[in-house]
Amino acid sequence: MDKREVIYRHARAVRLTHWINALVLLVLLMSGLQIFNAHSALYLGSKSVFDDPVMSMDAVRSPGGPKGVTTLFGYSFDTTGVFGLGGNAETGYQQRGFPWSVTLPGYRSLAMGRLWHFFFAWLFLINGLIYLIWSFSSGHIRRDLLPTGKELGHIGGSIAEHARFRFPKGEEAKRYNVLQKLSYLIVALILLPLMLLTGLAMSPGMDAAFPVLLDIFGGRQSARTIHFISASLIVIFVAVHIFMVLVSGVWNNLRSMITGRYVIDEAEEKS
Amino acid sequence: MSGDLNRRGFLTRGLAVASATLLGGCDDLSSQPWVRRILASAETLTRVTQRALLSPKALAREYSEADLSKDFKANGSINPPDPDYRALAANDFADWKLEVAGLVGEPLSLSLADLRAMPSRTQITRHDCVEGWSCIGKWKGVPLSALLERAKMQADARYIVFYCADTLGRSTGEKYYESIGLADAFHPQTILAYEMNDQVLPVPHGAPLRLRVERQLGYKMAKYIMRIEAVGGLEDIRGGQGGYWEDRGYAWYAGI
Repeated sequence: MDKREVIYRHARAVRLTHWINALVLLVLLMSGLQIFNAHSALYLGSKSVFDDPVMSMDAVRSPGGPKGVTTLFGYSFDTTGVFGLGGNAETGYQQRGFPWSVTLPGYRSLAMGRLWHFFFAWLFLINGLIYLIWSFSSGHIRRDLLPTGKELGHIGGSIAEHARFRFPKGEEAKRYNVLQKLSYLIVALILLPLMLLTGLAMSPGMDAAFPVLLDIFGGRQSARTIHFISASLIVIFVAVHIFMVLVSGVWNNLRSMITGRYVIDEAEEKS
Repeated sequence: MSGDLNRRGFLTRGLAVASATLLGGCDDLSSQPWVRRILASAETLTRVTQRALLSPKALAREYSEADLSKDFKANGSINPPDPDYRALAANDFADWKLEVAGLVGEPLSLSLADLRAMPSRTQITRHDCVEGWSCIGKWKGVPLSALLERAKMQADARYIVFYCADTLGRSTGEKYYESIGLADAFHPQTILAYEMNDQVLPVPHGAPLRLRVERQLGYKMAKYIMRIEAVGGLEDIRGGQGGYWEDRGYAWYAGI
């Protein structure tokens, strides 16, 4: 028989804000891609120099028919059917950045995309503030998320363990490991606030109220590019996060984020 | 054990169905009027919040000559096909007159020469399109506030409406129009520009006269202006939302 111990892992505030945030970020991502598709190119600085984007998704003519081309720092890639060009010979081709299957709504509508985006941006702000205020005042950040010097010293070992899909057991499984702590801290305290600030820096109204927004990010178009990069990093985080949830005991993890209860398995590994 | 597997299978299928419903459902939701109303409530929240944060005189950033865009994009109408407009343009707008009417004590009818004789403001500002791009241009024109004072705008006016010469909606045959509130109408950077980058305002950018509202997005900045009206409300004008794009689902307050 395994020795099983059930602990109370996630506080109610964490569980609630986690799931609200998951839904809100999904809507923000998909409506954000809709907005991006209205002008599928990114620039650095204050203005758009249309001939010199850092990234663009375009439809171009070629002898073999229309092609989708994505450029990144001057390098071009054929991305027909994925980025730049959608549709087909029967239904007609269409210039667009991301496929409409990943945008909200699932057809070209900048007006509707903006409605979804800004409504959910307010939910994101309120939910994020609740999380941050609770996390700092309850000691969640300091107690559960700040890595100790000792943990940081053993970060190499933790990476090696993760790479072998060996996860902490017993007493160690009661806390976040150092990689979890660092990634959650980076997302909660850097990337998500960065989304808000770069988003606000794109607002001509907010720029007039707080011109410093433009200086922090190096201009409105840089802010838009950073908004895109930061969103991409969050997508990567979520992909890794979901993968880790799946491989480190999916039902135990899900239960703990829904009910708070997490089973600590102290058994030796079966071989 | 098999019971456990079945439960897991059920949950997995449930999740798949739920996410498909969620994603597909959002398109259905987008077409529901009540959903639109709920989502649009955030626009009011944004407007009220930005109004509270923005002091009436807070200026949009002004840039230097070195920052000017060499490729300032012209969007929307860039060469209006309307015969009345073509006739005016053929004559370099010598016969063009700007009407100022509505809730004003003294309706005005002003030529380009009249406008050029009025006090002017020159500003190098960033033009932010709702699509996401920005261009920087130099604008010279009459402060809208000077015009409204000259026309003796009445105390019950709440909005300024701009009627334009260009038919943008080819299917509806509807000419462009826009409106702004008094906070923006009397803002020092709100001007009616007749020059761009030290040249006479070119046709693609709204000749002979366009609006600059520097704390909002580009679609607020009506081009090819023919008539300005001070009004008490927007409900009875065209689609009732205060502008060409507003009648097509875009926010009236375009500060974000």
